Amino acid sequence: MSVPERRSDSEITERRLLQSTVEVARHVFASAAASVFLVDQETGELVFEAVSGEGEKHLVGTRFPSGTGIAGWVAASGQPMIADEVTAVPQFAHDAAESTGYVPHSIMAAPVIREESCIGVLEVLDRSSDWRGELADVDLLAMLAAQAAYGLELLLRLRRSEAALPAAAGGDDVHLLLQRISDRVPRGAGAADPTALKLLAVAEELLH
Amino acid sequence: MTQPPWRRERREQFPGVPAWSLATSRLAPEEFGVSRLEEVTREWAWGDDGTGPADGAGVRVCVLDTGVDASHPRVGHLDRSLVVADDGGDLTVVDCDPADPVGHGTACAGVIRSIAPAVSLTSVRVLTDGRSGSGAALLAGLRWAVEEGFDLVNLSLSTTRSQFLPELHELADRAYFRRCLLVAAAHNMPVVSFPWTFSSVISVASHDEPDPMTYYYNPAPPAEFYARGVRVRVAWRGGREIRSTGNSFAAPHITGMCALALSRHRWMTPFQLKSVLYLAASNVVVSKGDAHVRA
Repeated sequence: MSVPERRSDSEITERRLLQSTVEVARHVFASAAASVFLVDQETGELVFEAVSGEGEKHLVGTRFPSGTGIAGWVAASGQPMIADEVTAVPQFAHDAAESTGYVPHSIMAAPVIREESCIGVLEVLDRSSDWRGELADVDLLAMLAAQAAYGLELLLRLRRSEAALPAAAGGDDVHLLLQRISDRVPRGAGAADPTALKLLAVAEELLH
Repeated sequence: MTQPPWRRERREQFPGVPAWSLATSRLAPEEFGVSRLEEVTREWAWGDDGTGPADGAGVRVCVLDTGVDASHPRVGHLDRSLVVADDGGDLTVVDCDPADPVGHGTACAGVIRSIAPAVSLTSVRVLTDGRSGSGAALLAGLRWAVEEGFDLVNLSLSTTRSQFLPELHELADRAYFRRCLLVAAAHNMPVVSFPWTFSSVISVASHDEPDPMTYYYNPAPPAEFYARGVRVRVAWRGGREIRSTGNSFAAPHITGMCALALSRHRWMTPFQLKSVLYLAASNVVVSKGDAHVRA
Protein backbone atom coordinates (compact mmCIF):
# COMPACT_ATOMS: atom_id res chain seq x y z
CA MET A 1 0.00 0.00 0.00
CA SER A 2 1.38 3.43 -0.88
CA VAL A 3 1.93 6.05 1.78
CA PRO A 4 -0.91 8.41 0.72
CA GLU A 5 -3.32 5.45 0.74
CA ARG A 6 -2.21 4.46 4.20
CA ARG A 7 -2.65 8.00 5.42
CA SER A 8 -6.19 8.29 4.17
CA ASP A 9 -6.76 4.88 5.72
CA SER A 10 -5.77 6.24 9.11
CA GLU A 11 -8.04 9.25 8.53
CA ILE A 12 -10.96 6.88 7.92
CA THR A 13 -10.04 4.99 11.11
CA GLU A 14 -10.03 8.28 13.02
CA ARG A 15 -13.51 9.12 11.70
CA ARG A 16 -14.73 5.66 12.69
CA LEU A 17 -13.14 5.89 16.12
CA LEU A 18 -14.81 9.24 16.83
CA GLN A 19 -18.15 8.10 15.43
CA SER A 20 -18.02 4.89 17.46
CA THR A 21 -17.20 6.92 20.59
CA VAL A 22 -20.27 9.13 20.20
CA GLU A 23 -22.50 6.15 19.33
CA VAL A 24 -21.39 4.33 22.49
CA ALA A 25 -21.83 7.47 24.61
CA ARG A 26 -25.30 8.10 23.22
CA HIS A 27 -26.41 4.52 23.83
CA VAL A 28 -24.87 4.10 27.26
CA PHE A 29 -26.55 7.26 28.53
CA ALA A 30 -29.72 6.78 26.42
CA SER A 31 -29.25 10.42 25.48
CA ALA A 32 -30.76 12.67 22.84
CA ALA A 33 -27.33 13.27 21.33
CA ALA A 34 -23.63 12.76 21.83
CA SER A 35 -20.84 14.61 20.05
CA VAL A 36 -17.10 15.07 19.90
CA PHE A 37 -15.54 18.48 19.35
CA LEU A 38 -11.88 18.85 18.54
CA VAL A 39 -10.01 22.09 19.26
CA ASP A 40 -8.69 23.82 16.13
CA GLN A 41 -5.06 24.31 17.14
CA GLU A 42 -4.77 27.46 14.99
CA THR A 43 -7.85 29.37 16.12
CA GLY A 44 -8.84 27.64 19.36
CA GLU A 45 -12.34 27.11 17.97
CA LEU A 46 -14.28 23.98 18.85
CA VAL A 47 -15.24 21.96 15.76
CA PHE A 48 -17.95 19.26 15.71
CA GLU A 49 -16.13 16.16 14.42
CA ALA A 50 -18.71 13.43 15.09
CA VAL A 51 -22.36 13.53 16.15
CA SER A 52 -24.87 10.83 17.04
CA GLY A 53 -28.56 11.67 17.49
CA GLU A 54 -29.92 15.22 17.31
CA GLY A 55 -28.02 17.18 14.68
CA GLU A 56 -26.08 14.25 13.23
CA LYS A 57 -27.15 15.18 9.69
CA HIS A 58 -25.81 18.72 9.65
CA LEU A 59 -23.57 19.51 12.61
CA VAL A 60 -20.26 17.93 11.61
CA GLY A 61 -17.85 20.72 10.66
CA THR A 62 -19.75 23.42 12.57
CA ARG A 63 -17.47 25.69 14.61
CA PHE A 64 -17.87 27.44 17.95
CA PRO A 65 -15.75 30.33 19.16
CA SER A 66 -13.19 29.36 21.81
CA GLY A 67 -13.90 29.63 25.50
CA THR A 68 -17.68 29.75 25.32
CA GLY A 69 -20.31 27.54 26.85
CA ILE A 70 -19.94 24.36 28.83
CA ALA A 71 -17.74 22.70 26.19
CA GLY A 72 -15.50 25.77 26.16
CA TRP A 73 -14.98 25.60 29.92
CA VAL A 74 -14.29 21.86 29.78
CA ALA A 75 -11.74 22.33 26.98
CA ALA A 76 -9.99 25.16 28.81
CA SER A 77 -9.94 23.63 32.28
CA GLY A 78 -9.65 19.93 31.46
CA GLN A 79 -12.36 19.23 34.07
CA PRO A 80 -15.51 17.25 33.28
CA MET A 81 -18.83 18.71 34.42
CA ILE A 82 -22.61 18.41 34.22
CA ALA A 83 -24.92 21.38 33.80
CA ASP A 84 -28.63 20.72 34.38
CA GLU A 85 -31.63 22.96 33.81
CA VAL A 86 -29.71 24.90 31.21
CA THR A 87 -32.92 25.86 29.42
CA ALA A 88 -33.51 28.19 32.35
CA VAL A 89 -30.61 30.24 30.97
CA PRO A 90 -31.88 32.10 27.91
CA GLN A 91 -28.34 32.65 26.64
CA PHE A 92 -27.69 28.90 26.52
CA ALA A 93 -30.98 28.18 24.84
CA HIS A 94 -30.38 30.93 22.32
CA ASP A 95 -26.80 29.88 21.53
CA ALA A 96 -27.68 26.22 21.26
CA ALA A 97 -30.79 26.80 19.19
CA GLU A 98 -28.97 29.09 16.81
CA SER A 99 -26.02 26.81 16.25
CA THR A 100 -27.47 23.31 16.59
CA GLY A 101 -31.22 23.59 16.20
CA TYR A 102 -31.68 21.68 19.44
CA VAL A 103 -32.18 23.08 22.94
CA PRO A 104 -31.03 20.60 25.60
CA HIS A 105 -32.22 20.45 29.18
CA SER A 106 -28.91 19.09 30.44
CA ILE A 107 -25.33 18.97 29.16
CA MET A 108 -22.57 16.64 30.34
CA ALA A 109 -19.05 17.06 28.98
CA ALA A 110 -15.57 15.62 29.52
CA PRO A 111 -12.21 16.64 28.02
CA VAL A 112 -10.31 14.53 25.51
CA ILE A 113 -6.71 14.74 26.74
CA ARG A 114 -3.89 13.54 24.52
CA GLU A 115 -0.20 13.86 25.22
CA GLU A 116 -0.72 16.26 28.16
CA SER A 117 -3.03 18.66 26.35
CA CYS A 118 -6.76 18.87 25.91
CA ILE A 119 -7.52 18.40 22.22
CA GLY A 120 -11.27 18.16 22.41
CA VAL A 121 -14.49 17.56 24.31
CA LEU A 122 -16.92 14.64 24.46
CA GLU A 123 -20.43 15.96 25.16
CA VAL A 124 -23.74 14.23 25.92
CA LEU A 125 -27.06 16.07 25.71
CA ASP A 126 -30.10 15.08 27.77
CA ARG A 127 -28.99 11.75 29.18
CA SER A 128 -32.06 9.90 30.40
CA SER A 129 -30.69 7.20 32.67
CA ASP A 130 -30.38 8.72 36.09
CA TRP A 131 -30.21 5.45 38.04
CA ARG A 132 -26.42 5.56 38.18
CA GLY A 133 -26.25 9.02 39.69
CA GLU A 134 -24.23 12.02 38.54
CA LEU A 135 -20.87 10.95 39.96
CA ALA A 136 -20.96 7.59 38.17
CA ASP A 137 -22.13 9.32 34.96
CA VAL A 138 -19.22 11.76 35.06
CA ASP A 139 -16.75 8.92 35.73
CA LEU A 140 -18.09 6.85 32.85
CA LEU A 141 -18.01 9.77 30.42
CA ALA A 142 -14.46 10.60 31.52
CA MET A 143 -13.40 7.02 30.83
CA LEU A 144 -15.01 7.05 27.38
CA ALA A 145 -13.24 10.33 26.63
CA ALA A 146 -9.92 8.85 27.79
CA GLN A 147 -10.41 5.79 25.58
CA ALA A 148 -11.07 8.01 22.57
CA ALA A 149 -7.96 10.03 23.43
CA TYR A 150 -5.76 6.91 23.50
CA GLY A 151 -7.12 5.85 20.11
CA LEU A 152 -6.40 9.30 18.69
CA GLU A 153 -2.91 9.22 20.18
CA LEU A 154 -2.12 5.93 18.45
CA LEU A 155 -3.38 7.30 15.14
CA LEU A 156 -1.31 10.45 15.56
CA ARG A 157 1.82 8.37 16.15
CA LEU A 158 1.01 6.26 13.09
CA ARG A 159 0.65 9.39 10.97
CA ARG A 160 3.90 10.83 12.27
CA SER A 161 5.80 7.69 11.38
CA GLU A 162 4.13 7.62 7.96
CA ALA A 163 4.95 11.25 7.38
CA ALA A 164 8.59 10.54 8.15
CA LEU A 165 8.82 7.89 5.42
CA PRO A 166 8.02 9.45 2.01
CA ALA A 167 10.44 12.35 2.42
CA ALA A 168 13.37 10.19 1.30
CA ALA A 169 13.74 9.32 -2.35
CA GLY A 170 13.88 5.69 -3.40
CA GLY A 171 11.79 4.43 -0.49
CA ASP A 172 10.92 1.31 -2.48
CA ASP A 173 14.58 0.37 -3.13
CA VAL A 174 15.68 -1.88 -0.30
CA HIS A 175 19.41 -1.11 -0.81
CA LEU A 176 18.84 2.65 -0.65
CA LEU A 177 16.69 2.20 2.44
CA LEU A 178 19.34 0.07 4.20
CA GLN A 179 22.03 2.55 3.24
CA ARG A 180 19.96 5.41 4.63
CA ILE A 181 19.36 3.57 7.91
CA SER A 182 23.06 2.80 8.14
CA ASP A 183 23.93 6.46 7.49
CA ARG A 184 21.53 7.74 10.12
CA VAL A 185 22.70 5.47 12.92
CA PRO A 186 25.92 6.89 14.35
CA ARG A 187 28.69 4.36 14.88
CA GLY A 188 29.75 3.65 18.44
CA ALA A 189 26.80 5.65 19.79
CA GLY A 190 26.03 3.08 22.47
CA ALA A 191 23.07 0.72 22.69
CA ALA A 192 20.42 1.22 20.01
CA ASP A 193 16.70 1.21 20.81
CA PRO A 194 15.83 -2.44 21.57
CA THR A 195 12.51 -2.24 19.70
CA ALA A 196 14.26 -0.91 16.59
CA LEU A 197 16.81 -3.69 16.79
CA LYS A 198 14.09 -6.32 17.00
CA LEU A 199 12.24 -4.78 14.05
CA LEU A 200 15.44 -4.79 11.98
CA ALA A 201 16.02 -8.46 12.84
CA VAL A 202 12.47 -9.25 11.69
CA ALA A 203 13.04 -7.22 8.50
CA GLU A 204 16.22 -9.17 7.81
CA GLU A 205 14.32 -12.45 7.99
CA LEU A 206 11.57 -11.18 5.74
CA LEU A 207 14.01 -9.84 3.13
CA HIS A 208 16.07 -13.01 3.05
CA MET B 1 1.87 46.81 61.04
CA THR B 2 5.05 44.80 60.91
CA GLN B 3 5.28 41.96 58.45
CA PRO B 4 4.42 38.60 60.08
CA PRO B 5 7.32 36.11 59.94
CA TRP B 6 5.69 33.96 57.24
CA ARG B 7 5.26 36.86 54.83
CA ARG B 8 8.90 37.92 54.98
CA GLU B 9 11.05 37.59 51.88
CA ARG B 10 12.93 34.33 51.93
CA ARG B 11 16.66 34.99 52.46
CA GLU B 12 19.08 34.32 49.68
CA GLN B 13 21.48 31.49 50.40
CA PHE B 14 25.07 32.31 49.57
CA PRO B 15 28.45 32.12 51.31
CA GLY B 16 28.76 34.64 54.11
CA VAL B 17 25.11 34.54 55.22
CA PRO B 18 24.24 32.43 58.28
CA ALA B 19 22.23 29.30 57.45
CA TRP B 20 18.94 28.25 58.99
CA SER B 21 19.78 27.23 62.55
CA LEU B 22 18.97 29.27 65.67
CA ALA B 23 21.05 29.25 68.90
CA THR B 24 18.01 28.75 71.12
CA SER B 25 20.19 28.55 74.24
CA ARG B 26 20.87 32.25 73.75
CA LEU B 27 18.05 33.50 71.52
CA ALA B 28 14.37 32.86 72.16
CA PRO B 29 12.37 31.67 69.17
CA GLU B 30 10.01 34.30 67.76
CA GLU B 31 6.55 34.44 69.29
CA PHE B 32 3.57 33.26 67.28
CA GLY B 33 -0.09 32.32 67.84
CA VAL B 34 -0.66 28.68 68.65
CA SER B 35 -3.16 26.11 69.85
CA ARG B 36 -2.59 22.46 70.70
CA LEU B 37 -5.87 21.80 68.89
CA GLU B 38 -7.18 19.68 71.76
CA GLU B 39 -10.50 21.49 71.84
CA VAL B 40 -11.13 21.48 68.10
CA THR B 41 -14.66 20.70 66.99
CA ARG B 42 -16.78 22.13 64.22
CA GLU B 43 -18.26 24.48 66.80
CA TRP B 44 -14.77 25.64 67.76
CA ALA B 45 -13.81 26.06 64.10
CA TRP B 46 -16.63 28.38 63.00
CA GLY B 47 -19.58 28.12 65.40
CA ASP B 48 -21.15 30.86 67.49
CA ASP B 49 -18.57 32.15 69.98
CA GLY B 50 -20.94 34.67 71.56
CA THR B 51 -20.46 37.20 68.75
CA GLY B 52 -22.33 35.06 66.22
CA PRO B 53 -21.14 32.36 63.84
CA ALA B 54 -17.95 32.96 61.82
CA ASP B 55 -18.62 34.69 58.50
CA GLY B 56 -15.23 34.89 56.79
CA ALA B 57 -14.75 38.61 57.59
CA GLY B 58 -11.20 39.82 57.06
CA VAL B 59 -10.15 36.76 55.06
CA ARG B 60 -8.91 37.43 51.52
CA VAL B 61 -9.75 34.83 48.89
CA CYS B 62 -8.50 34.80 45.30
CA VAL B 63 -10.49 32.87 42.66
CA LEU B 64 -8.28 31.78 39.74
CA ASP B 65 -10.73 30.90 36.99
CA THR B 66 -12.65 32.35 34.03
CA GLY B 67 -13.24 35.70 35.72
CA VAL B 68 -16.12 36.61 38.03
CA ASP B 69 -19.24 38.60 37.20
CA ALA B 70 -19.32 41.04 40.15
CA SER B 71 -22.91 42.08 39.42
CA HIS B 72 -24.29 38.58 40.00
CA PRO B 73 -26.48 38.57 43.13
CA ARG B 74 -24.82 35.38 44.38
CA VAL B 75 -21.38 37.03 44.21
CA GLY B 76 -22.45 40.24 45.92
CA HIS B 77 -19.20 42.14 45.82
CA LEU B 78 -15.76 41.75 44.30
CA ASP B 79 -12.73 43.54 45.77
CA ARG B 80 -10.73 43.42 42.57
CA SER B 81 -10.85 41.85 39.14
CA LEU B 82 -7.73 41.02 37.14
CA VAL B 83 -6.70 39.08 34.08
CA VAL B 84 -3.48 37.44 32.94
CA ALA B 85 -2.63 39.33 29.76
CA ASP B 86 -0.09 38.46 27.11
CA ASP B 87 2.11 41.51 26.76
CA GLY B 88 4.23 40.63 23.74
CA GLY B 89 5.19 37.21 25.09
CA ASP B 90 5.37 38.31 28.75
CA LEU B 91 2.42 37.33 30.89
CA THR B 92 1.33 40.14 33.19
CA VAL B 93 -1.55 40.44 35.64
CA VAL B 94 -3.59 43.57 34.97
CA ASP B 95 -6.90 45.00 36.21
CA CYS B 96 -9.96 44.32 34.08
CA ASP B 97 -13.75 44.64 34.10
CA PRO B 98 -15.41 42.28 36.59
CA ALA B 99 -16.89 40.06 33.88
CA ASP B 100 -16.94 36.33 33.16
CA PRO B 101 -17.43 35.20 29.55
CA VAL B 102 -18.08 31.58 30.61
CA GLY B 103 -19.78 31.62 34.00
CA HIS B 104 -17.61 29.08 35.80
CA GLY B 105 -15.59 31.51 37.92
CA THR B 106 -18.83 33.27 38.89
CA ALA B 107 -20.22 29.90 40.00
CA CYS B 108 -17.18 29.23 42.22
CA ALA B 109 -17.22 32.75 43.71
CA GLY B 110 -20.95 32.37 44.44
CA VAL B 111 -20.36 29.10 46.31
CA ILE B 112 -17.61 30.67 48.45
CA ARG B 113 -19.86 33.65 49.23
CA SER B 114 -22.75 31.34 50.18
CA ILE B 115 -20.58 29.67 52.85
CA ALA B 116 -18.60 32.73 54.02
CA PRO B 117 -20.81 35.78 53.38
CA ALA B 118 -18.34 38.43 54.65
CA VAL B 119 -15.24 37.13 52.87
CA SER B 120 -13.24 39.43 50.59
CA LEU B 121 -13.19 38.07 47.00
CA THR B 122 -10.75 38.86 44.19
CA SER B 123 -10.85 37.31 40.73
CA VAL B 124 -7.93 36.56 38.43
CA ARG B 125 -8.95 35.31 35.02
CA VAL B 126 -6.43 32.71 33.89
CA LEU B 127 -8.56 30.83 31.38
CA THR B 128 -8.67 33.42 28.70
CA ASP B 129 -8.69 32.11 25.17
CA GLY B 130 -10.49 28.81 25.68
CA ARG B 131 -7.49 26.88 24.52
CA SER B 132 -5.66 24.38 26.60
CA GLY B 133 -1.98 25.01 27.22
CA SER B 134 -2.94 27.86 29.50
CA GLY B 135 -0.70 26.38 32.22
CA ALA B 136 1.54 29.42 31.79
CA ALA B 137 -1.36 31.75 32.59
CA LEU B 138 -2.26 29.62 35.60
CA LEU B 139 1.32 29.93 36.85
CA ALA B 140 1.42 33.69 36.30
CA GLY B 141 -1.91 34.19 38.07
CA LEU B 142 -0.97 31.93 40.95
CA ARG B 143 2.41 33.60 41.42
CA TRP B 144 0.67 36.97 41.59
CA ALA B 145 -1.86 35.68 44.16
CA VAL B 146 0.87 34.22 46.38
CA GLU B 147 2.91 37.44 46.23
CA GLU B 148 -0.18 39.52 47.03
CA GLY B 149 -0.59 37.61 50.28
CA PHE B 150 -4.06 36.14 49.85
CA ASP B 151 -5.10 33.82 52.67
CA LEU B 152 -6.81 31.37 50.32
CA VAL B 153 -6.67 30.65 46.60
CA ASN B 154 -9.47 28.65 44.98
CA LEU B 155 -8.23 26.58 42.06
CA SER B 156 -11.03 24.66 40.35
CA LEU B 157 -8.62 23.81 37.54
CA SER B 158 -5.37 22.00 36.96
CA THR B 159 -2.77 21.46 34.27
CA THR B 160 -1.63 18.19 32.68
CA ARG B 161 1.56 19.76 31.26
CA SER B 162 4.59 18.26 32.97
CA GLN B 163 6.73 21.22 31.80
CA PHE B 164 5.01 23.31 34.50
CA LEU B 165 5.48 20.75 37.26
CA PRO B 166 8.75 21.97 38.89
CA GLU B 167 7.74 25.64 38.91
CA LEU B 168 4.23 24.88 40.15
CA HIS B 169 5.64 22.67 42.88
CA GLU B 170 7.96 25.40 44.07
CA LEU B 171 5.17 27.96 43.99
CA ALA B 172 2.81 25.70 45.97
CA ASP B 173 5.49 25.18 48.63
CA ARG B 174 6.18 28.91 48.73
CA ALA B 175 2.46 29.61 49.20
CA TYR B 176 2.32 27.04 52.01
CA PHE B 177 5.11 28.69 53.97
CA ARG B 178 3.62 32.17 53.45
CA ARG B 179 0.30 30.94 54.88
CA CYS B 180 -1.46 31.21 51.58
CA LEU B 181 -3.48 28.01 51.29
CA LEU B 182 -4.32 26.65 47.85
CA VAL B 183 -7.62 24.76 47.66
CA ALA B 184 -7.66 22.73 44.46
CA ALA B 185 -10.33 20.63 42.77
CA ALA B 186 -9.23 17.02 42.25
CA HIS B 187 -9.02 16.26 38.54
CA ASN B 188 -11.87 13.91 37.66
CA MET B 189 -10.04 12.33 34.71
CA PRO B 190 -7.79 9.30 34.49
CA VAL B 191 -4.75 11.53 33.80
CA VAL B 192 -1.80 12.90 35.77
CA SER B 193 -2.26 16.58 36.64
CA PHE B 194 -1.39 19.18 39.27
CA PRO B 195 -1.27 21.16 41.56
CA TRP B 196 -4.15 19.29 43.25
CA THR B 197 -1.90 16.24 43.79
CA PHE B 198 0.65 18.21 45.87
CA SER B 199 0.70 17.67 49.64
CA SER B 200 1.10 21.44 50.19
CA VAL B 201 -2.45 22.10 48.90
CA ILE B 202 -5.90 20.95 49.98
CA SER B 203 -7.47 18.80 47.29
CA VAL B 204 -11.20 18.31 47.03
CA ALA B 205 -13.40 15.80 45.22
CA SER B 206 -17.21 15.51 45.31
CA HIS B 207 -19.69 13.69 47.50
CA ASP B 208 -23.28 13.44 46.33
CA GLU B 209 -25.21 14.74 49.33
CA PRO B 210 -27.15 18.01 49.29
CA ASP B 211 -25.90 19.66 52.52
CA PRO B 212 -23.32 22.37 51.70
CA MET B 213 -21.59 22.06 55.10
CA THR B 214 -21.23 18.26 55.01
CA TYR B 215 -17.75 17.18 54.03
CA TYR B 216 -15.64 14.10 54.59
CA TYR B 217 -11.97 13.38 55.13
CA ASN B 218 -10.61 10.77 52.71
CA PRO B 219 -8.00 8.58 54.41
CA ALA B 220 -6.73 7.49 50.97
CA PRO B 221 -5.45 10.72 49.33
CA PRO B 222 -4.43 12.53 47.05
CA ALA B 223 -8.05 13.77 47.10
CA GLU B 224 -8.06 14.66 50.81
CA PHE B 225 -11.64 15.85 51.27
CA TYR B 226 -15.04 15.21 49.71
CA ALA B 227 -17.39 18.21 49.64
CA ARG B 228 -20.69 18.94 47.98
CA GLY B 229 -20.25 18.75 44.20
CA VAL B 230 -23.41 17.16 42.81
CA ARG B 231 -26.48 19.05 41.62
CA VAL B 232 -25.25 22.29 43.16
CA ARG B 233 -27.30 25.36 42.34
CA VAL B 234 -24.68 27.85 41.18
CA ALA B 235 -24.44 31.32 39.69
CA TRP B 236 -23.80 31.44 35.95
CA ARG B 237 -23.31 33.88 33.13
CA GLY B 238 -25.79 36.74 32.66
CA GLY B 239 -27.08 36.83 36.25
CA ARG B 240 -28.60 33.34 35.92
CA GLU B 241 -28.31 30.11 37.87
CA ILE B 242 -27.86 26.51 36.80
CA ARG B 243 -27.67 23.22 38.64
CA SER B 244 -24.28 21.75 38.12
CA THR B 245 -22.07 18.76 38.98
CA GLY B 246 -18.28 18.61 39.14
CA ASN B 247 -15.31 18.76 41.52
CA SER B 248 -15.04 22.40 40.39
CA PHE B 249 -17.94 23.16 42.73
CA ALA B 250 -16.73 20.97 45.60
CA ALA B 251 -13.46 22.93 46.01
CA PRO B 252 -15.14 26.32 46.69
CA HIS B 253 -17.25 24.73 49.44
CA ILE B 254 -14.02 23.84 51.27
CA THR B 255 -12.52 27.26 50.43
CA GLY B 256 -15.56 28.84 52.09
CA MET B 257 -15.20 26.67 55.20
CA CYS B 258 -11.47 27.49 55.40
CA ALA B 259 -12.41 31.19 55.26
CA LEU B 260 -14.84 30.70 58.16
CA ALA B 261 -12.21 28.95 60.29
CA LEU B 262 -9.51 31.51 59.42
CA SER B 263 -11.77 34.46 60.23
CA ARG B 264 -12.25 32.97 63.68
CA HIS B 265 -8.63 31.84 64.22
CA ARG B 266 -6.33 34.12 62.24
CA TRP B 267 -3.13 32.53 63.54
CA MET B 268 -3.62 29.21 61.79
CA THR B 269 -0.94 27.89 59.45
CA PRO B 270 -1.97 25.83 56.41
CA PHE B 271 -1.07 22.62 58.25
CA GLN B 272 -3.10 23.66 61.28
CA LEU B 273 -6.02 24.62 59.10
CA LYS B 274 -5.81 21.25 57.37
CA SER B 275 -5.80 19.56 60.78
CA VAL B 276 -8.85 21.57 61.83
CA LEU B 277 -10.65 20.56 58.63
CA TYR B 278 -9.73 16.96 59.39
CA LEU B 279 -10.94 17.15 63.00
CA ALA B 280 -14.20 18.89 62.04
CA ALA B 281 -14.99 16.55 59.11
CA SER B 282 -18.35 14.78 59.13
CA ASN B 283 -16.75 11.33 59.32
CA VAL B 284 -14.23 12.15 62.05
CA VAL B 285 -15.55 11.44 65.52
CA VAL B 286 -13.93 11.99 68.88
CA SER B 287 -14.12 9.13 71.35
CA LYS B 288 -12.01 8.67 74.47
CA GLY B 289 -10.20 11.87 73.65
CA ASP B 290 -8.89 10.69 70.26
CA ALA B 291 -10.19 11.39 66.76
CA HIS B 292 -11.18 8.43 64.59
CA VAL B 293 -12.29 8.20 61.01
CA ARG B 294 -15.69 6.58 60.97
CA ALA B 295 -16.08 4.00 58.23
